[in-house]
Amino acid sequence: MDIRQFIKENNLILDGATGTELQNVGLKVGELPERWNISHKDVLISLHKAYYDAGSNVVSANTFGANSLHYDDAELEEVISAAIENVKTARELSTGTQPKFIAADIGPTGKLLQPYGDLSFERAVEIFAKTVKLCVKYGAEIIFIQTMNDSYETKAAVIAAKENCDLPVFVSNAYGKNGKLMTGATPSAMSCMLEGLNVDAVGVNCSYGPDELSGVIDELLDCSSLPVIFMPNAGIPKNVNGKAVYDLAAEDFSESVAKAVKEGVRIVGGCCGTSPNYIKLLSEKIKGLPAKEIVPKGLTRISSYSHEVRCGNKTLVIGERINPTGKKRFKQALIDDDKSYILKEGVSQAECGADILDVNVGIPDIDEKTVLPETVANLQAVIDLPLQIDTSDFVAMEKAARLYNGKPLINSVNGKKESMDAVFPIAKKYGGAIIALTLDENGIPLTANGRLKIAEKILKEAEKYGIKKEDIIFDTLCMTVSSSPDAARVTLDALKLIKEKTDCRTSLGVSNVSFGLPDRETLNAEFLTLAMNYGLDMAIINPFSERVMKSVYAYSALTGKDVNFEKYIEFATRNAATAQKPATVSDNTEIGLKTAIIKGFTDEAAKSAARLLTDKAPLEVINEEIIPALDSVGKGYEEKTVYLPQLLMSAEAAKAAFGIIKEKSAVKSGTIKCDFVIATVHGDIHDIGKNIVKLLLENYGFNVIDLGKDVPPETIVDEVVKRHVPLCGLSALMTTTVPAMEKTVQLLKQRAPWCKVIVGGAVLTKEYADKMGADKYALDAMETVRYADKIFNEL
Amino acid sequence: MEYTVETKTYSGVPVNYGEAIRYAGAKAADENLYALIKSCIEECDKENAVNYAVCFAVLPVKVDGDAADFSAFTFKSKNLAYVLRGAKSALIFACTVGMGIDRLIKKYSELNPARALVFQALGAERVETFTDFFIKDYEKTFGIETSPRFSAGYGDLSLNAQKDIFNLLKPEKRLGLTLNDSLLMSPSKSVTAIAGINGLCQNDKSSCKDCTKKDCGYRR
Repeated sequence: MDIRQFIKENNLILDGATGTELQNVGLKVGELPERWNISHKDVLISLHKAYYDAGSNVVSANTFGANSLHYDDAELEEVISAAIENVKTARELSTGTQPKFIAADIGPTGKLLQPYGDLSFERAVEIFAKTVKLCVKYGAEIIFIQTMNDSYETKAAVIAAKENCDLPVFVSNAYGKNGKLMTGATPSAMSCMLEGLNVDAVGVNCSYGPDELSGVIDELLDCSSLPVIFMPNAGIPKNVNGKAVYDLAAEDFSESVAKAVKEGVRIVGGCCGTSPNYIKLLSEKIKGLPAKEIVPKGLTRISSYSHEVRCGNKTLVIGERINPTGKKRFKQALIDDDKSYILKEGVSQAECGADILDVNVGIPDIDEKTVLPETVANLQAVIDLPLQIDTSDFVAMEKAARLYNGKPLINSVNGKKESMDAVFPIAKKYGGAIIALTLDENGIPLTANGRLKIAEKILKEAEKYGIKKEDIIFDTLCMTVSSSPDAARVTLDALKLIKEKTDCRTSLGVSNVSFGLPDRETLNAEFLTLAMNYGLDMAIINPFSERVMKSVYAYSALTGKDVNFEKYIEFATRNAATAQKPATVSDNTEIGLKTAIIKGFTDEAAKSAARLLTDKAPLEVINEEIIPALDSVGKGYEEKTVYLPQLLMSAEAAKAAFGIIKEKSAVKSGTIKCDFVIATVHGDIHDIGKNIVKLLLENYGFNVIDLGKDVPPETIVDEVVKRHVPLCGLSALMTTTVPAMEKTVQLLKQRAPWCKVIVGGAVLTKEYADKMGADKYALDAMETVRYADKIFNEL
Repeated sequence: MEYTVETKTYSGVPVNYGEAIRYAGAKAADENLYALIKSCIEECDKENAVNYAVCFAVLPVKVDGDAADFSAFTFKSKNLAYVLRGAKSALIFACTVGMGIDRLIKKYSELNPARALVFQALGAERVETFTDFFIKDYEKTFGIETSPRFSAGYGDLSLNAQKDIFNLLKPEKRLGLTLNDSLLMSPSKSVTAIAGINGLCQNDKSSCKDCTKKDCGYRR
């Protein structure tokens, strides 16, 4: 019988624990359980058989930790083939008459993915792919990805499964006490991402007993259009005379799980602490229960590593600021690879109330195929908002969608055949919701009806790929009213018509409407209100525009969509607070730039620099105010009257002042001394120290080329050679990574003998540094600056 | 050999400002630094960035010369043997305050290094304070006394011991705590350690004086 067909009509019973059962019969600490597939074949067969006899439809092979991190290629194949063979034998021996299937059990690698761990996303995919291929080769019938507590690793495993077989894929995650994964995802966020990735069932296993996990199950049942899996532990382990005893008896366990089946859970089993007896009672209790119908939820939603964002109540704000169009400063940031500027744009938009961030890095001078995925990776590491991948470069789009940690919003597809042929496969494979522009080979229709026709064409084509209509969001294209006075009306009519006829969600890039006219914010805001009244679901706008954001919140408040005016009041309070925000120093007493920097007042330093620039040349401001202030703080630090945090706060303040100078004048080259390459060495992921050194060097006029952390020696040396850089700083925090530093120094000495190498970091000493041939051991950031200045003056 | 690994979560571990300031590399805090630390704590609270979780097991231990034999594994370390002397069993544990603080450190290391430094310091303070809090709670619950805690990488105990501790506790699954190829832990604000139970080594909480790294920047 086909398993996909079976789960459409029936409740499915899984097995119980394997790991804890093996420990009960002697599996030792640190012993790899999969080796037992060969050394204790009989134990495994009899356990699997007991589960089939107890009523399990699915028994998982003992392959939880069978991956290339734990086994070499030959042994991996042996343990996997034995694992599946054991279940096959058990199935043949079992007296159970129910349909019986064999699952490959894919557990986590035990490694955390980059950037917080050291396993790259693609390496994780590779590891899982190897296991999946072997499981398929030896006869697995389901790929069951289990116990993952990180959404990103889960995605890697699913992609590996999908790319290497057509078997049904079940995914169940391990949630913590707070009802979230260890890395932050809510059940609905996981459901959102996994449905997008086209898995066959989603759910929860391990960690706690059925009662503790009921909240997770409720959330999944509420949003999932797929069968929900539930395989809790037999309660929580208690230490009874040195033995782990799970506190929930089989009777209570099966009662609680059966209750979940009545509520709609379709696939059930047990995790740690459960045994064949638990499954026997469970299957008896479920036998008579009907399989509750799974109603498609039709939700339009996307997700980040932490939460889902759903179309529905209010118009969602897509922040448009990460986009170089018409933004000189942003273009410069892209060309300079200024990650912190882009990140700041993201963080600030989140603070201003954006629900989603648009990410567009398309300018002619950069390679989008590299920069877009990198930017997505940088943003998703620290910002919890879902991202909109905005590009017309399909290769860049696919790369970004692949390594996105969640379900992305893809911007955009349109009615052109070329566009649909390229975008739909990406969206289908990686599970994106798609913004669909109502234009095609013949341009943008001038009538609402014309745009509706294109929308219908897009929907028809999407259906061929199996893309659901709730994942298509129509943008009826807002043109500028200044060139065509009828434009706004047609756009709104099309919006209304398409919503009515297709029942799809809608989006608009609002700011276009006002192009070429004065006081654009007013036009944008009023147009947005009109569009919201026509049922607009998403608006691509500038969250920094208070005028426009006021419309967003006011509309929700006035139309009863903002329950108890919660959002509106929060917004209004936030605005009032910003307006009256007391400065650290009273605005009446204008403190000098020098004082502001010494005291570490960032805002005052920026303000003061702006004031000074009205009657002073930029270089004067730098030489008379900023440099003396930095020197004073630097000296204080060296004399131990100023401590590191104060030094950094001053450096921040100076940076803010420099930022104003950069913005208000073209002065840049005038202040640059020379290039300085900086990196944390291979194998080391600590970069706070390195970033501190970077900040100070920049303030002292060096052009710092920051290669990041965990950088291979070759990459560092290549950069130094390419630009003929005179100074290179290396950082290492761990004794274990000092050899990598030594290797880098040696390679630098060989290939870039002109370059002075400075080393530093917690474990280093001057002796170490001398031994490895570095030119300078710097105890701290100030010492690095002093040395770099000395070398620059000798150049 | 039978043992149980238990998992526990905590909340409301009080902040030790003095330690946070010390980890930030300052001897004292002026008003400005104090305000910065406060605002970082507020951001942690707002983001729910700190989640205290621990998993632990009690293992019998035999100390023989330089070797501490836990039957699941044996550690050769003079310093560890000294700390465990007289103890018949030991508490082995992994504490973490979770991923949230790593995210904040990463966020601000790009945006505002001063703030990143404070989050780094605060994270160190949080996990150290939490670890002490957990041990005290454990001592109270079971009416025992423990030795100073001793971690892999202290004195002559190789960082490689982390592998055995991870094999025993499986904190990957229980806490989402992982070990990377350089034997560093992620989330980074985590502590694994061993403490002797009812042995001869008293926990006088001034463990700096026994440490062999005399040039440590944080030495009290």
